[in-house]
Amino acid sequence: MSTLAHDDHHDHKPTGLKRWFFSTNHKDIGTLYLIFALVMFFVGGSMAMIIRAELFQPGLQFVDPQFYNSMVTVHALIMIFGAVMPAGVGLANWMIPLMVGAPDMALPRMNNMSFWILPFAFALLISTLFMEGGGPAGGWTMYPPLVLQTGNAFPFLIFAIHFLGVSSIMGAINIIATVFNMRAPGMTLMKMPLFVWTWVITSFLLIASLPVLAGGVTMLLTDKYFGTSFFDAAGGGDPVLFQHIFWFFGHPEVYILALPAFGIVSQVIPAFARKPLFGYASMVYATASIAILSFFVWAHHMFTVGLPIKGELFFMYATMLIAVPTGVKVFNWIATMWKGAMTFETPMLFSIAFVILFTIGGFSGLMLGITPVDFQYHDTYFVVAHFHYVLLTGAIFALMSAVYYWLPKWTGYMYDERLGKIHFWLSLISSNVLFFPQHFLGLAGMPRRIPDYNIQFADFNAISSIGGFAYGITQLLFVYIVIKCALGGKKAKPRVWEGAKGLEWTVPSPAPFHTFETPPKLTKEMLEH
Amino acid sequence: MASQEIYYVPDGSKWPIVGTLSLFITFMGGAMMFNNAPGGLYVLILGLATLVYMFAGWFADVISESLAGKYSKQVDVSFRMGMGWFILSEVMFFAAFFGALYYARAFSIPWLGGEGQGLHNGTHEFLWPAFQAMWPMNVMPDPSNYTQYKDTIPAFGIPAVNTALLLTSGVTCTFAHWALKKEQRKALCLWLAATVLLGIIFVGFQAQEYVHAYNDLDLTLNSGIYGSTFFMLTGFHGFHVTMGALMLAVILFRSLKGHFSKKDHFAFEAVAWYWHFVDVVWLGLFIFVYWV
Repeated sequence: MSTLAHDDHHDHKPTGLKRWFFSTNHKDIGTLYLIFALVMFFVGGSMAMIIRAELFQPGLQFVDPQFYNSMVTVHALIMIFGAVMPAGVGLANWMIPLMVGAPDMALPRMNNMSFWILPFAFALLISTLFMEGGGPAGGWTMYPPLVLQTGNAFPFLIFAIHFLGVSSIMGAINIIATVFNMRAPGMTLMKMPLFVWTWVITSFLLIASLPVLAGGVTMLLTDKYFGTSFFDAAGGGDPVLFQHIFWFFGHPEVYILALPAFGIVSQVIPAFARKPLFGYASMVYATASIAILSFFVWAHHMFTVGLPIKGELFFMYATMLIAVPTGVKVFNWIATMWKGAMTFETPMLFSIAFVILFTIGGFSGLMLGITPVDFQYHDTYFVVAHFHYVLLTGAIFALMSAVYYWLPKWTGYMYDERLGKIHFWLSLISSNVLFFPQHFLGLAGMPRRIPDYNIQFADFNAISSIGGFAYGITQLLFVYIVIKCALGGKKAKPRVWEGAKGLEWTVPSPAPFHTFETPPKLTKEMLEH
Repeated sequence: MASQEIYYVPDGSKWPIVGTLSLFITFMGGAMMFNNAPGGLYVLILGLATLVYMFAGWFADVISESLAGKYSKQVDVSFRMGMGWFILSEVMFFAAFFGALYYARAFSIPWLGGEGQGLHNGTHEFLWPAFQAMWPMNVMPDPSNYTQYKDTIPAFGIPAVNTALLLTSGVTCTFAHWALKKEQRKALCLWLAATVLLGIIFVGFQAQEYVHAYNDLDLTLNSGIYGSTFFMLTGFHGFHVTMGALMLAVILFRSLKGHFSKKDHFAFEAVAWYWHFVDVVWLGLFIFVYWV
């Protein structure tokens, strides 16, 4: 494979299929991750369109309920494991080595495997839609006993989860090794850009939580095929045990999706406010606190299953506690903007929208976290509205912000600012038309995961569907903007944004195939954030 | 922190994609077998064979790069971090099964026996009023679906012997490490061989215990939550010991070939860490599965 002669590989770039299949280059692998995430965003999005089409009117119109349920299930799995997480890892791959002055990720070959698992894992998952008995339809949370009724899709579902877990754990290990071992001299931990900090903390969450999910789904598998009784009360187990195991993974997972978004916003807002990030150290500590607390709040997802009252109280108060570090972060973002010389390019617009809309999602989360109130809201559209605010107008808005922020660094060209702004405003309006009415639906008692509903919910559902279609179509504009930018346009300067700080802006745009092969000499300005 | 040497970034490699394909084929084969699809077993075997091919090829590349002196101290640290965090992920995998065991013993069985839940406990009262909480639980709430067993495996029989074997193997592994650091090649190989042997004996005893449980005690995976937690915990542990012994055997083979030096022997240490991790998990098993 490797010969001694190759050591001098300055700008020698492999070509053809080998470049992508055999890649050990963090930029190429990052690009693969990002493209894959975008494709899956549309696959999962088209499933959301089917859901919204079915819900446009009461009654059953387009799909049968079983297929509707598998759309709900697979939409969630694809968006979480196929779109948001890979997009975050793609950004980490591209940017972390550039931000800390490393030649590449610490373990480049493993990095390639982390990526290539994804398309194959989703081949396993998506193929189930065409199998006898249909795709998995028990919800992405896979609660037994319901999920055990899945047909031939069942083992494929379980193995897809295992496979994705392998990918994410390897990715997380790579990020930790890169951050702790590959920083250029002078890049001390508390000088690292916040995006790097949030990713390293996210990696800890991944390593600690995903194996637990792997264990839980393994128990599902043995319950179905080997006669074990982990989740069967008739044999001394308990279906609620699965919920504990699942949410012990599931709640950290929420922060696996959210923390990188926090990191992105913490890069973008200072750049366009032309001020250093307010309270850098407190941002780091708040991120770490959120991550640690996320392991002690899982049962707030299961207040209505009949937990002992002391447990409900513990998990309610622990959940309230997370609002404190999150509040610190929101405060710091706003304080960063305070009296800043702000301009509103597309990345900044998405980041500001993130701060506002994520906070709305956070507040509805607090409402759900209050035990007695949750008995009313549980499994209603209020929950759907809540997590789409934190994931779509939260995580995905931040990812959009990141793409606009770094796209000129990746392609070497400026994107079309006017189209970017149109994309932002259409996304902002349509996503709120899509999800805000769902709060009202939930408060009025509309249950989630059901293809039909009472006539009283018709108006808000029609509005929500219109917002959904508008949001879906708007994202095609995003693809157009990205492709247009990749093909050409105004040349980007190395420091694309006047106020942007950090090492990634010291290399040319587009960033050359290999960067920082020898550690850069860091000056004081380079380390500012 | 970074050294001033150039960090070795390997050229493109086929092994990651081969590894991905091997796992994909393995999972396909497994899923086909669960669905009773024809040919599932062959697909599974093909997948596993490709997996072995990938490991052999990938490690061969890494070993030759290491022997060619391409790895700086910094690369070594990356490997160390990789192995360390991988072991943590393994710990968390076992945590799920230990969690299931504790949950069954502390919550689900007492609740099924009528404890807690205010004035009345519906599950107990209306579903299985005759069920009494106990551990080991050998009368199931609904006995019709599950195999009742005659007895469990006592802690102070073979499990205690196995504890001694595994702890001893930890010691012999350390002796091998000391020998390596003192450049005593023969002692290194002997102590490593002893470690592998102890591991094999351990797995042999476990296998014999499983045969005894299934044939004589009617203790199976189907024996309610006791059987489920017992076999899944000891089973995954046994699998990890097997893998660990295999890894040690590779290290022994490499030691015989003259690999590793006093200062440079990360592969040895990684396998030793793994072996100690397997050892610690066993202590948890011995205490919570067999003993208390």
